[in-house]
Amino acid sequence: MHGIRQGSDGLRVGLAPQERELLRALCSQLLEELRGGGDPDAGLARLFPSASPDDEGAAAQYEELVRPGLEEGKLGALQRVEATAGEERLGAQDAAAWLTGLNDLRLVLGTRLGVTEETYADEPEHPGLAVYGWLTWLQGELVEALAADL
Amino acid sequence: MSTLAPQRVERPRHEESVERDRPWIVIVWNDPINLMTYVSYVIQKLFGFPKEKAERLMLQVHVEGKAVVSGGTREKAEHDVARLQEHGLWATMRRD
Repeated sequence: MHGIRQGSDGLRVGLAPQERELLRALCSQLLEELRGGGDPDAGLARLFPSASPDDEGAAAQYEELVRPGLEEGKLGALQRVEATAGEERLGAQDAAAWLTGLNDLRLVLGTRLGVTEETYADEPEHPGLAVYGWLTWLQGELVEALAADL
Repeated sequence: MSTLAPQRVERPRHEESVERDRPWIVIVWNDPINLMTYVSYVIQKLFGFPKEKAERLMLQVHVEGKAVVSGGTREKAEHDVARLQEHGLWATMRRD
């Protein structure tokens, strides 16, 4: 089995060793960038959009009260994906981390690549799109497996 | 935008308290990266909506560019925006 399926005791993950290594490396790289503390580029900024673009007060309050927990949650999820990238079975907590972690990887990479809704038709040869396309496939597998159980 | 609706004649007596009580709405915006199946699944999971309602909201986001997915007090709106942003959806909040 290649992909992610619902099993009797959680999700079953079938990936090649190189795919697992790629997933680990992508998590590690994004974790490093998020911890870096420099000015975020558009890719990193996409993970933390303003909660209230028309209302400075509400946006500032959200930044102060909510965003630290949000950042912590995203770091925690990526760490968990990194730690479980080699696993063949995922429990519910792991699956929740994979769900948001994989999506954050896609958001950052897709934003940097300038992905649009027509990207695949327009630039099928773009090198970064191979990784983006693979993440998209894996995310699709995960969503389908989880949705079947909802 | 012009209005043909009747003008409101009553002024609220306690503007401040009315301002505080005005509900907030939470909006999810379309983006080219989040998968349609993912957006639908996240809305269904976070708000406990039936699958049909979650899919209708997802399609509204996709076709119209945005959809209101929840609302209530400021705290409730902040909480919902945070949960949606945790899942990478492009969510914002504003006073209704």
